[in-house]
Amino acid sequence: MSLPATSHTIHIEQLRKSYNVGAAVTDVHYIIKDVNLVIRGGEFFVLLGPSGCGKSTLLNMIAGFVSKSGGRLRVGNTEVNKPGSDRAVVFQQADSSLFPWLTVRENVEFGLRMKKMPRSERRSVSDRYIGLVGLNGHEEKFPKELSGGMKQRVQLARVLANDPAILLMDEPFGALDAMTRRTMQKELVQIWRETHKTVIFVTHDIQEALLLGERIGIMSVGPSSNITDIYDNTLAYPRDVAASEFYALYNRIQSHFEE
Amino acid sequence: MKWVEKKWVSVTLLWLAALCIWQLGAVIYGPDVIPGPWTTLLGGRELLEDGTLMQYIGISFYRVLVGWVLGSLIAIPVGLIIGKVNVIRIFAEPFLNFIRFIPPIAFITLFLVWFGIGEQSKIALIMYATFFIVVLNTLTGVMSVEDDKIRSAHSMGASEWQILLHVIVPATIPYIFTGVRLAMGTSYMAIIGAEMIASNEGVGYLIWNSRLFFRTDWIFVGLFCLGFMGFFTDRVFNWFGKKVLYRYGVVSVAAKRR
Repeated sequence: MSLPATSHTIHIEQLRKSYNVGAAVTDVHYIIKDVNLVIRGGEFFVLLGPSGCGKSTLLNMIAGFVSKSGGRLRVGNTEVNKPGSDRAVVFQQADSSLFPWLTVRENVEFGLRMKKMPRSERRSVSDRYIGLVGLNGHEEKFPKELSGGMKQRVQLARVLANDPAILLMDEPFGALDAMTRRTMQKELVQIWRETHKTVIFVTHDIQEALLLGERIGIMSVGPSSNITDIYDNTLAYPRDVAASEFYALYNRIQSHFEE
Repeated sequence: MKWVEKKWVSVTLLWLAALCIWQLGAVIYGPDVIPGPWTTLLGGRELLEDGTLMQYIGISFYRVLVGWVLGSLIAIPVGLIIGKVNVIRIFAEPFLNFIRFIPPIAFITLFLVWFGIGEQSKIALIMYATFFIVVLNTLTGVMSVEDDKIRSAHSMGASEWQILLHVIVPATIPYIFTGVRLAMGTSYMAIIGAEMIASNEGVGYLIWNSRLFFRTDWIFVGLFCLGFMGFFTDRVFNWFGKKVLYRYGVVSVAAKRR
């Protein structure tokens, strides 16, 4: 594949994650095995697969939380081996990842405070991103006073405030009700188009994958999971679930899982 | 019967009932075995008038407060380190779980030998009584910080030190608070034991010494003082937790009940 070598292209070659299940050298259990993938800077890439197929493991490896057992994983020209502020993570459970002792604003400013940015500068950055995710008027509230959807907005604003190149999202809307979920999907697409971030979005929901991604990587059922197919989704945003092209693509992917 | 459900009515009735049963006991067994409310009150006035009661309360209070604060101040960082560093935890946990079953009172004689007959041995005893409870609670708190919190702090560019200071410590505060609060209880138990055995001042000394004069009413005064001292410090501490540590998720028992 010949893609422009932008600084935020993610190159994954023969990537493996395994653990030993017995004493013998051959008693190795692979979660993911020989994953090859190139994700362009600025792309919206969806990792789609059934539960337990290792898509979260792959995401956590890109984030630098989980070490690799073999292969290569690079962002630009740097080998990934630890978390970095170029790769922001939006977790599935906002309750376990947000800091409940900080207000919405303080949560959003966390990364900036760690970088010792002066208070007034921090404030203008947090104002901007709190506005972007539509949380104006909730700045002084604590996470426990917010609904599930609002908490995910806080997570999103919190990572965007650090201006990462890559957004890693692990089923962030999985715990939301259907209506909130739809709104969040629309807004995420809008934010992505405004901010030009690379997004890697993990989900097991085909419709969600089709609504969001430019490319959809299908992961096979584990163990020794792999990316078996990549679908291009060239439908224009905002996407219409009722459109016939949408439906056709949906069926193609659906049949993929029924085989 | 709606009026019984009102809080002040039911509480007053309850206290009155308790006083009645107490008085009844005094009538049946005689004031030497069970001094009644009035006898106890008179005994208390006697002790107040010659100044010993306030002095004893003061000295017991001072010992508990100094030992408890110092013990907690040492225990919190120790608990944080043990919780954070796996190598230390593997080494320290069996040791902690061995030593915490030895009650403070069992150490009195040894502490007298090590720290002398004065205040030092008593304060050391309170520190011991405080230390393990606070360490174990802090340690549990550190271990139960969610991975996602630490991971998200990492990927927002926080250093290990910043994560300890800005994520682990605030997330652990409710556990530390509970530990320190429980330690207050054991501190009172330890100091009374110590004062009974090796002191000539303090509420424990008062209770123990009253037996020589067969003044059971003074013993009752001592017991009540202990109850009030514990109740008072717990309330103040709780109020502090509610006001200052609200955002860290410290819940007071009193607030829950309402």
